[in-house]
Amino acid sequence: MKAKDRILYVVFVSLVAVVAAVGIGAIVLAILGANILQTYVVIFTEPLRDLFGITEVLVRAIPLIFVALGIAISFRAGILNIGAEGQIQMGIVAAAALTIALPDVPKVVLVPLGLLAGAAGGAAWASIAGYLRAKLGVNELLSTVMLNYIAAQLYGYLLRGPMIDPAELQTGSGTPQSVRLPKNAWIDRIIPGMRLHWGLALALVLAVLVYILMWHTTWGFKMRASGASAKATRYAGISVESCLLSAMILSGAFAGLAGAVEVMAVHRRAIEGISSGYGFTGVVVALFGGLHPAGIIPASVFFGIMLVGTDMTQRILSIPANMVSVLQGAVILSIIAAKMVINDPYTQEKFARKLKSFGKSRGGSSGTPHSGAPEAPRGGHKGGAGVTDVTEVGQ
Amino acid sequence: MEAKNATRLDSKNGQNSQPAKIRELRVEGITKRFPGIVACDSVDLSVGENEILALVGENGAGKTTLMNILMGLYQPDEGRILINGQPVQFKSPHDAFAAGIGMVHQHFMLVPNMTVAENVALGLRESHKPFKLDLATVKKRIEEVSERYNLPVQPDAYIWQLSVGEQQRVELIKTLCFGARFLILDEPTSALTPQETDELIALLRRMAADMSIIFISHKLAEVTALSDKVAILRHGKVVFRGSTKEQTAASLAALMTGHEVVLPHNECLVNCGKDLLVVQDLRVRSDRGFLALDGLSLTVKSGEILGLAGVSGNGQKELAEALSGLRKIEHGKIMLNDIDITNKSPRQIIEAGLGYIPEDRNTEGVVPSFSIKENLILKDFASPRFSHGVFIDSKAEEKNAVELQKRFDIRCSSLNTPTGSLSGGNIQKVILARELARSPKVLVAVYPTRGLDMGAEEFIHNRLLELKSNGVGIFLISEELDELTNLCDRIAVIFKGKILDTLSADEATRSKLGLLMAGINPDSVSTEADTPTHSPRRSAHES
Repeated sequence: MKAKDRILYVVFVSLVAVVAAVGIGAIVLAILGANILQTYVVIFTEPLRDLFGITEVLVRAIPLIFVALGIAISFRAGILNIGAEGQIQMGIVAAAALTIALPDVPKVVLVPLGLLAGAAGGAAWASIAGYLRAKLGVNELLSTVMLNYIAAQLYGYLLRGPMIDPAELQTGSGTPQSVRLPKNAWIDRIIPGMRLHWGLALALVLAVLVYILMWHTTWGFKMRASGASAKATRYAGISVESCLLSAMILSGAFAGLAGAVEVMAVHRRAIEGISSGYGFTGVVVALFGGLHPAGIIPASVFFGIMLVGTDMTQRILSIPANMVSVLQGAVILSIIAAKMVINDPYTQEKFARKLKSFGKSRGGSSGTPHSGAPEAPRGGHKGGAGVTDVTEVGQ
Repeated sequence: MEAKNATRLDSKNGQNSQPAKIRELRVEGITKRFPGIVACDSVDLSVGENEILALVGENGAGKTTLMNILMGLYQPDEGRILINGQPVQFKSPHDAFAAGIGMVHQHFMLVPNMTVAENVALGLRESHKPFKLDLATVKKRIEEVSERYNLPVQPDAYIWQLSVGEQQRVELIKTLCFGARFLILDEPTSALTPQETDELIALLRRMAADMSIIFISHKLAEVTALSDKVAILRHGKVVFRGSTKEQTAASLAALMTGHEVVLPHNECLVNCGKDLLVVQDLRVRSDRGFLALDGLSLTVKSGEILGLAGVSGNGQKELAEALSGLRKIEHGKIMLNDIDITNKSPRQIIEAGLGYIPEDRNTEGVVPSFSIKENLILKDFASPRFSHGVFIDSKAEEKNAVELQKRFDIRCSSLNTPTGSLSGGNIQKVILARELARSPKVLVAVYPTRGLDMGAEEFIHNRLLELKSNGVGIFLISEELDELTNLCDRIAVIFKGKILDTLSADEATRSKLGLLMAGINPDSVSTEADTPTHSPRRSAHES
């Protein structure tokens, strides 16, 4: 397919996807009796209307970047970590516990220490699933999902029991939350009065580091190879099991870091619902971003807009939150479906042929850029049949 | 009279009452496109009554696609199919069956843990009574067919109990039971021993008295022995159509590839140095837990090509995996260049000097989504040559790739192309380049030319002979007897996990190898060796 045709194709498929998503959403909104157009306008423009909205979008995007980077590593290495939700919670617990225990350590030490503790917490939790897979062949989808449940209960227990703020017990209100983290453990905010914090810088630096790790080091080479073809990797003398385990641990560390940053920069105490689904949305972000840091950053921002936007519709148009997440689901589904279609070579080819016959029947008179049609389609054998191998195409 | 017989067979079972004999099957202008390739490019063919057409071409020439169109598995993008001059449209294999066309696929479509009769019943709708499978009707039909075409078979035998040759016969019977008047056979001899192949060819000749046959093959000796007409496909186009009589195997090969092909011979037999690879009394279990190798021993010397012949499934796969460290060795010992590599990790075995060309080049030989550059350093990315500390030296990687591309004539648009998108021959060149550049002591090559065109085969054979002259010990596992007899100094024959016998190149004739592959040692059963046509299979079974 020629570049021009390809652009046309991508635009065409994307349009269909947008129409489908908007259509599904419109049905839901119509059932609710809401103003369809207005709702959409609010979701996608309201968050970007002022500085506050924009910073809030970025606040949502930061944990998504961390989680999605980790998930990209694990998926690239061939182990599907969907336990980020639990790993985030373990990261929060570890970071909060450590910083609360060491309130007098100076800030330059305590902040990195808290972050490291968070990463270690997530990594430790992930290593359970990684170890089970590497040593015993236990399916990681099963184990990570189950570990999510355990982590959620453990987290709830800790906030109600050992880690509860003593003040809550005194006043008797009993809200499940820890004491405030010591000031030395706070990650600073960038703009006064806004929640946007320096975790953003850390996320961007780590994105670059993940790129270097995966595409320029021997470790990344090994992990990518074992994810792409475990058999060939084994034949090449690389231990696939150790790649799986290390990728899983690294992935958990990123999720744990997301939790640590959230608690140290945004909430500043461990409370329930800090993660609010970042662990799952992170999977979608990672896939949507093509499992590549360069795609994950914009994808995180996009999902940040959607998260903030749906919050705002709830407030401005009083559309129930649950129905708004239906809308979000429809958007995600059609985006993913569109991506599959865009990357499918068979439909690409079909589209190119349709375009060609369409161009022919109109005689190319419209002057549209695709009028170079009468050439042979891609895959016509260059250099005359039979003289050389078909070099580009397998069966 | 034959025709009358056929109709009786049909009407008795109430199936296919209308399809008359196929006097002519013709395809006109068939074009089928797949992403990035035109698999069939306005193909015209015709097959007349009682004719055998051989359809010949290299892998990827479009033979199988064309046949799948005839069977209704694919719809052509352009063109039409005519039976007796009438255009027909096959929307599914069922339509093709109804018109009397039957196909035996290269890979058998049989359920191993069902009996012969049950397998036939799967596709025979008339046996599907409400709430009951009418196996009696099926068996009766099988008996009729097997009697008529002299195809002995036991309807109650389980498929897994049958030899490959017998399974092939079941496939034929199945197709005939569905009422086929027109047979398509896709590479039917690829898994057969030479004797079984001869039997099949004789059988097809007899059957041609009653029906038309399209025979797909790239083994040219079989084509000349069997067919009346031959059509050659190259890159989806028919490049030759004519009578087989006027052609020889060599002239067909030239037409098929577009140039003369001379496969090299091993001229300097036996030039042996010291023992490089010594396998002693090896016992290894298969995935299903039985002993796949049961006391296997062999030795490869420096500068020697040792071939391993055998029908696939006799332990070749397990042996190759044990050698490369991927399968646990229960008993026995493997020495590589005086280093004990028994149950060592693949890494340690690679370091000890084993080069390896795996059976399945797409999943074991290369990482398909990795670029050619990356695959060329798959075994050495962590060596100081290609890395500084933890960082990969992309300049060294690039330089290595450019060098090897030139040396091994890897044809690609760019070295960053995903390796999986190359043709089979080029993928094999990438593997060969990587393995040979590491200058191994011993090279294990498992089916190195399977599915490759003759040009690539020639290239690979030349490289192997070059290695031999450099003193490398080569262990060549193959199912192509010509390949083995052309290249090897000695040929060992594996049967049920043991080496039955090892023949030197000059005593390894096709018939001797064929008998050994069927499990008969001609030296010990000399009377049977004279009448090889029927005995081997039976005896192989009883043992």
